[in-house]
Amino acid sequence: MVKYVIKRILLMLMIFFIIMFIVFMLIKQLEPEYSMDKTMADIEKARREAMGYDKPLLVQFGIYVKNIVTKWDWGTSFKMRKYYGVVDVIAERLPPTILINFYSLILSIPLGIGVGIYAALKKNKWQDHVLSTVIMIAISVPSYVYAFLVQYLFGYRWQLLPLTMAPLSEAGGWFSWTMFKSMLLPIMSLSFGTIAGMMRFTRAELTEVLTSEFMLLARTKGLTKAQATVRHALNNAMVPILPSIISSFVGIIGGSLIIEQIFSVPGVGPVYIQSINLLDYNVFMGVSMFYTFIGLATTIVVDLSYGFIDPRIRMGAR
Amino acid sequence: MDKAMEIKRISPEMFEFAQMGDKLHDKKLETKPVGYFKDAFRRFKKNQASVIAAIIIVLIILYAIFVPITSQYTVGFKDAEFKYLRPRSLFLEKFGIFEGGLEMTLSQNFYANMVGIGIAAEDQNGEGATWAEGIESEYYPILKIYEKTTQTVAGESSNSWICDVSSYYKMGFSYKEVAASEYDKILAWQEETGIPVLYPMINRGSSDTPSEWCNDYSDANCWYATKRGVPVNYASNAAGYELLTVEQLESGAKTFQDIYLRNEDGEVQYFVSTAKGGTMCTIRVMTYNYYIYLYGHEPSYIFGTDGSGYDIAIRLANGIQLSLILAFSVFFINFFIGTVYGAIEGYYGGVIDLIMERISDILSRVPFIIVATLFQMYLVATGKASTIEALLFAFVLTGWLGTAYLVRTQFYRFKTQEYVFAARTLGASDFRLIAKHIYPNTLGTIITSSILGIPGVIFTESSLSYLGIINLDGTEQTSIGTMLANGNAIMAEHPHVILFPALVISLLMISFNLFGNGLRDAFNPSLRGSEG
Repeated sequence: MVKYVIKRILLMLMIFFIIMFIVFMLIKQLEPEYSMDKTMADIEKARREAMGYDKPLLVQFGIYVKNIVTKWDWGTSFKMRKYYGVVDVIAERLPPTILINFYSLILSIPLGIGVGIYAALKKNKWQDHVLSTVIMIAISVPSYVYAFLVQYLFGYRWQLLPLTMAPLSEAGGWFSWTMFKSMLLPIMSLSFGTIAGMMRFTRAELTEVLTSEFMLLARTKGLTKAQATVRHALNNAMVPILPSIISSFVGIIGGSLIIEQIFSVPGVGPVYIQSINLLDYNVFMGVSMFYTFIGLATTIVVDLSYGFIDPRIRMGAR
Repeated sequence: MDKAMEIKRISPEMFEFAQMGDKLHDKKLETKPVGYFKDAFRRFKKNQASVIAAIIIVLIILYAIFVPITSQYTVGFKDAEFKYLRPRSLFLEKFGIFEGGLEMTLSQNFYANMVGIGIAAEDQNGEGATWAEGIESEYYPILKIYEKTTQTVAGESSNSWICDVSSYYKMGFSYKEVAASEYDKILAWQEETGIPVLYPMINRGSSDTPSEWCNDYSDANCWYATKRGVPVNYASNAAGYELLTVEQLESGAKTFQDIYLRNEDGEVQYFVSTAKGGTMCTIRVMTYNYYIYLYGHEPSYIFGTDGSGYDIAIRLANGIQLSLILAFSVFFINFFIGTVYGAIEGYYGGVIDLIMERISDILSRVPFIIVATLFQMYLVATGKASTIEALLFAFVLTGWLGTAYLVRTQFYRFKTQEYVFAARTLGASDFRLIAKHIYPNTLGTIITSSILGIPGVIFTESSLSYLGIINLDGTEQTSIGTMLANGNAIMAEHPHVILFPALVISLLMISFNLFGNGLRDAFNPSLRGSEG
């Protein structure tokens, strides 16, 4: 077990390292000659020398990795926030992204699972058909269309909620009521798809479990349908659902680029877009690796959580 | 004597046919055998939702093909004055829909101004027209008055009108700077067709009409005397002017006092020379008819126009074309690469499989958005490829992984089956085994999974162009994502700009998903016979 986990993590690190190497080399080919800020020339020169800008690419990569390993230093931003560390630039953008996605998950997962259970219990009745059709449409429609819709209806038409997210200075803290209210629209637009996805998943898994033989046995030994469902069917249906929930929670730090753009959320997404537009390559490199890491972490967490949730799934045996 | 010898001794004559005279009751099958694809198609047809989805996809494709051919506009066509126009169709407006109207709440002055446009339109000679004539006019911008409300603020009551105002006619008149020869041409055209274009010039700030008579002399619709926007009659009482109310004007008790530019004989003037020698002149035209003069047809945009004056219908067709061409290119290329890669992996197995699997492992872990961005930076910024090519490369780089994985699994499943061994024993080559015996089994699965990948491509492309990571906005090229981004900024005032692209992309996504699901059910042999 421990051996398997270590093996997976090492493999992940290896892949991460290879991707980092490729992206680093590609970006360094492109990096422009930054014009030196006259007043800050000394600082800038020092920073560049520390990062080995005058050395061959492979050496630069070595310095880059060494800085990360020893000092957790992912380079310096030369454009977006002058001379800030890339880690700081990303870290200060994390709270809104995490908050919005967290709220959205808290809202949509119970709702999705609840509706999914209902649909599975009513399988092939009209309630199920209606729900399945709605869900099919809800899954297909792109999230930004929901964003436009809620922004138009709640923001412009009925003027109930703020159109874009409130700046931190005005709202007075991440957890203030003003902040929460201004986050409602992005939360809503993120939730539609998640609810639909969760519901479809739950319905599929639960209908499969409900038709299995141990359910028949449970009914035969005298349990009512409700008892059998709660005690036996749900437990088993949760086996594939839980890992996907866990992976959603890992994924929340990634956020949604387009939703953040529409509602001007000061999250990680806009940093990425800005770093491209301003050609701030260190930040771009940092955010790229951030996204890569989240992707890798999600898969590994899902794979490992299967083993913890259901001991029948043996580790390492594929 | 052993048995074998005994059997040998039986002479041929001793044999006879056992069933020679019997009647055979079972017949040879006369119906045609049902092939895999035919069977799948038959099952697909039973799935109504998928069939409807397929029809919608075909309709959208037809739209993207035929609208650019039949439309009177081109992708690059724009008239900056005709921006934010509402959907209008010359045919459908006879039935009271698609009239190009937008709901507006008009104040008294604004309402008077709208009727003023109608009155001025009927009065090309400057001889005066009545309020009733203005309302009857073809060019009267108000289509329908929903409600007239009266508010009382601080003892003063004021009316406002909630109306459906035609976005095409409400522009009224505008000033144009043209060459003198152009003026003659317009005049000749006007006489030939009988469509009024040239209207009297307004006396802009001379001694006869002080500047206070009109708020804004650059506004060509301000053809009557006003005091801070309120229509007035001058020189009629001691104060020098008399404010007019809408009621007075409506009843005909008072009329607008025009401030047209007239010569000594009191005739209205249709142009003012602006350059020496009279080569250039300013004219006042009715914007709507000037458009007809310029382009030879009435302005009518079925989906309206956007903020630059582009026709949304044709831009949308262009965007759909781009999305679909991209999606289908990705579909075919991924299909090809994935098949070859997966077949080699799956068929040969062993070390080859291991190495190829690791390669695809790494590739699949690179976030797509980073690939797309890097390709844009590398190929487009340096001019090595166009935006679309670079995007295609990005899709192709990792897109085939799913197909390859599926093909590989299917090959593992089928390559150890007896029929494959039989074929190999008969001397079939590797290539023949792969192409003829194993590959066809994987086809159904791959087709469905590839088609289910199409909405993803469309979604990603529109997201990237929305975010501006790929730039596809131009006079000859646009994308749905760009249209959405442009529309989002002005959603409050002009929701129609974003409505149609958002509607179409949602329809595309829903249809492709339903279609793909239908195909998956149809190709999945485990369902065979379950539906009777």
